[in-house]
Amino acid sequence: MSGDITLARFDDVLEHFDPVMGIEVHVELNTRTKMFCGCATTFGAPPNTQVCPVCIGLPGSMPAVNQKAVESAIRLGLALHCRIAERCTFARKNYFYPDLSKNYQISQYEDPIDQDGYLDVELEDGTIFRVEIERAHMEEDAAKNTHVGGATGRIQGADYTLVDYNRGGMPLIEIVTKPITGAGARAPEVARAYVAALREVVLALGISDARMEQGSLRADVNLSLRPKAADAAAQAKVPFGKRSETKNVNSLRAIERAVRYEIRRQGALLAAGQLVTQETRHWHEDSEETSPGRSKEQAEDYRYFPEPDLLPIEPDRAWVEELRAALPEMPAVKRARLKAEWGFTDREMLAAVNAGAVDLIEATVAAGAGPAGARKWWLGELARVANEREVDLVDLPVTPVDVAQVEALIGAGRITDKLARQVLAGVMAGEGTPEQVVAARGLEVVSDDAALLEAVDAALAAQPDVAEAIKAGRVQAAGAIVGAVMKATRGQADAARVRELILQRVGA
Amino acid sequence: MSPTDLTRLSAAEAATLLQDGQISSVELTQAHLDRIEAVDPAVHAFLKTMPDRALEEAKAADAARAAGDDLSPLAGVPIAIKDVLATEGLVTTCGSKILENWVPAYDATVVRKVRAARLPILGKTNMDEFAMGSSTEHSAYGPTHNPWDLDRIPGGSGGGSAAAVAAFEAPLALGSDTGGSIRQPAAVTGSVGVKPTYGGVSRFGLVAMASSLDQVGPVARTVLDTALLHELIGGHDPMDQTSLTDPVPPVVAAARQGLAGDIGHLRVGIVKELGGKGFQPGVLARFREALDLLQQLGATVEEVSCPALKYSLGAYYLIMPSEASSNLARFDAMRYGLRLAPEDGPATVETVMGATRWAGFGDEVKRRIILGTYALSAGYYDAYYGSAQKVRTLIQRDFEAAFNRVDVLVSPTAPTTAFKLGEKLDDPLAMYLGDITTIPANLAGIPGISVPGGLAEDGLPVGIQFLAPARADAFLYQAGGALEAALVERWGGPLLDQAPALPGGGQEGGEAA
Repeated sequence: MSGDITLARFDDVLEHFDPVMGIEVHVELNTRTKMFCGCATTFGAPPNTQVCPVCIGLPGSMPAVNQKAVESAIRLGLALHCRIAERCTFARKNYFYPDLSKNYQISQYEDPIDQDGYLDVELEDGTIFRVEIERAHMEEDAAKNTHVGGATGRIQGADYTLVDYNRGGMPLIEIVTKPITGAGARAPEVARAYVAALREVVLALGISDARMEQGSLRADVNLSLRPKAADAAAQAKVPFGKRSETKNVNSLRAIERAVRYEIRRQGALLAAGQLVTQETRHWHEDSEETSPGRSKEQAEDYRYFPEPDLLPIEPDRAWVEELRAALPEMPAVKRARLKAEWGFTDREMLAAVNAGAVDLIEATVAAGAGPAGARKWWLGELARVANEREVDLVDLPVTPVDVAQVEALIGAGRITDKLARQVLAGVMAGEGTPEQVVAARGLEVVSDDAALLEAVDAALAAQPDVAEAIKAGRVQAAGAIVGAVMKATRGQADAARVRELILQRVGA
Repeated sequence: MSPTDLTRLSAAEAATLLQDGQISSVELTQAHLDRIEAVDPAVHAFLKTMPDRALEEAKAADAARAAGDDLSPLAGVPIAIKDVLATEGLVTTCGSKILENWVPAYDATVVRKVRAARLPILGKTNMDEFAMGSSTEHSAYGPTHNPWDLDRIPGGSGGGSAAAVAAFEAPLALGSDTGGSIRQPAAVTGSVGVKPTYGGVSRFGLVAMASSLDQVGPVARTVLDTALLHELIGGHDPMDQTSLTDPVPPVVAAARQGLAGDIGHLRVGIVKELGGKGFQPGVLARFREALDLLQQLGATVEEVSCPALKYSLGAYYLIMPSEASSNLARFDAMRYGLRLAPEDGPATVETVMGATRWAGFGDEVKRRIILGTYALSAGYYDAYYGSAQKVRTLIQRDFEAAFNRVDVLVSPTAPTTAFKLGEKLDDPLAMYLGDITTIPANLAGIPGISVPGGLAEDGLPVGIQFLAPARADAFLYQAGGALEAALVERWGGPLLDQAPALPGGGQEGGEAA
């Protein structure tokens, strides 16, 4: 495929062109039943076992709107700062395809439920980039086609196609951005960050599993290039170029790669004086390139018209306000708040985010630990263990309460940082709470002066020359005695206290 | 009581005899099955009968009565069902080749109600393919014949249901009315048919032609019988979100009130636009007679104008085909129904869909799919579908204004009596024009009834149509019941007593009885 496509250098393209993106994300809702019927939505059920007259479009069957899906759509709209339509309708999108049991898809067209919002996206360097949302609308998913035979698993060359209507009628929300301009060379990063942030919002709302690998969150990326202008004001006046729509981009990494690829592909075409074809393209995860699908030149006429089988939806305003009031704090907002509360630097916060430790630190702080202490353990010792075991922090067998307890033990002088590592190891080995581990392993710092004095005297007696040296004023020589005491107490003594006792004993 | 007598009973009369234990449902059902066997070869009202199953259901109804179960008023009274309603386990063709062997996996909500009320189902009645037509000639399985004159059409699309009750093959039938498919057949066969308020009866399981216009309704020989059936099938259905949440209007009480001659100070409006030019003189004569009778009963009559009605045919023939083109897209050979390979070239999804739809749909269906596809196309939507929806709003407003002055509107149900089979088959526009009187009610979502108004100069039945405001279906039954009672008194018996005997039907007909 790549044989006949030349790619330009990314930086070269950006020198002459301004990329414009439009991103459409389909989120499959995790409602118990489908969008317009009572069928179950369990993922991975045997083919065509979660179907009924409605979702296989038997003659005479009629759709009934899933109220939970409407609620999810409203909550998402609110989280994306959208206007929730006072009245919105469903529409039929007509086209013939075997994965569409009625040969029309019930969607929304002229008046989607969520309109005109935005999502602030944080880039890697902490810059906030605002992505404007055009709309989010409800629709039903198509069935799943499996092309059998042929080499590629694609429709071309297949011997036959199997259709699984389990997916047909699953509830979807499609979120469509306005044209994303001004990202420049950061377009690939912005695209990735936007989908990541949207996914985070969806997860925070709990309305979808948002698993890209299972297809419950799918992104299509529209990209076009236009000549670069001298400044932003001039740039805004330059009309958009012909766009490609890349489908099947099913990982965050792939989104970034696909945008980068399309910039380089289109850049090469334009640089060679050729035209970009307005078309659908498919992203190939293996070869990391896109290939053309159907041409949008012969764009299908979907003959949209209002769905006569469903009444318009007029969300009760009081209900909308209730939903707004009950929205969870959005992840980005929460991060900003916690960063301030905890007094973390940008780098510290970023490290916590990247390690997936924000919620763990928050819970540890809530259990009584200081933010710095909580961060130290989760991003230090525990991150090391997680890395060693190749698991996520959250999956380690240690809880924020355990970590807070360890911090409390250190604060009370009962264990040292060094002992704390052993305590955590004990907790993770299933030996109980930190208190229990300390007791069982006998790890408590020896704070009994009489016991320590005994050890000090024994050490001084064993090394009389050192004792003399200390007495003569060479205080640093005390280190050897401290070491001997620590050894004798198996590390459970507080080294500072030991030093005090030594000096006191020799009368230095 | 002889089997012939049993088939001449109204549903209400039969129900009373069943309740009193004077007849059994098995006897009653068997009498109708015998009648069907005798006369249906000439009438062809049924596409399919289910004698064994009907008798089983009758037996079960009798057993339930013997066991003292709390039964519906119509329990044990057999019924015929238009083949556009899904019946679980019974082939449902919609009069189309494309569904020749389709056996639904579920019952339409109205069928479920009918079964639950223990009405034995005699069979499925003939219809224009997918309810597209006014003569039943567009059935892929041959036309139904008008019991009054077998060379004439029984109306359509529900000619089968109307002919079945008019030929005494069934006391009750279910129909569907998108532009007059219940009322016009009732008019031309001398029976009674009601299109309820849009949403008054569930559409779930009604194979859709035009979803925003379709409505299921009762067909019978008397106003009271249609009311009894209306009450049985009406009411909200969560499976049909366009169904009204209101309780079913008190239609039976209203019918009884009307039959007793009580129409209070009913204000009747004559719609200026639904009469005059193009109407058969004999139709207009019966119409004027009906107005006189209503006035004698105490009604006031005045003329009202609904100027937007002159656009109703145009609006209807944009909205109906638009919705139909989408509703009929699912018949694509992929999941059920007919599947044909193309005559030449490779069999791909597209060519199989094309070959099947080409061979499986009749000309009238194709005509409407093409019209609708065109009307919805990009660039034409606003001019066609959009404008038609605006006309619809205007018609609704005209009716609202009219109903501020009167309780019901009245008109002939159809401009003419039954025309000859084949007469208008090559002239779709002439056929469409015949629906001018019935279409406005569908566009406005208001209810309408057709009751027999007597015979025209050609000896064929004329229907009188009443229209009422949305949700005020009770007015139809009150006015219709009053008119029916007055006319039956004048005629000395029901109009259908004057119908000629049918071949194979014995001596039951007319004065000879």
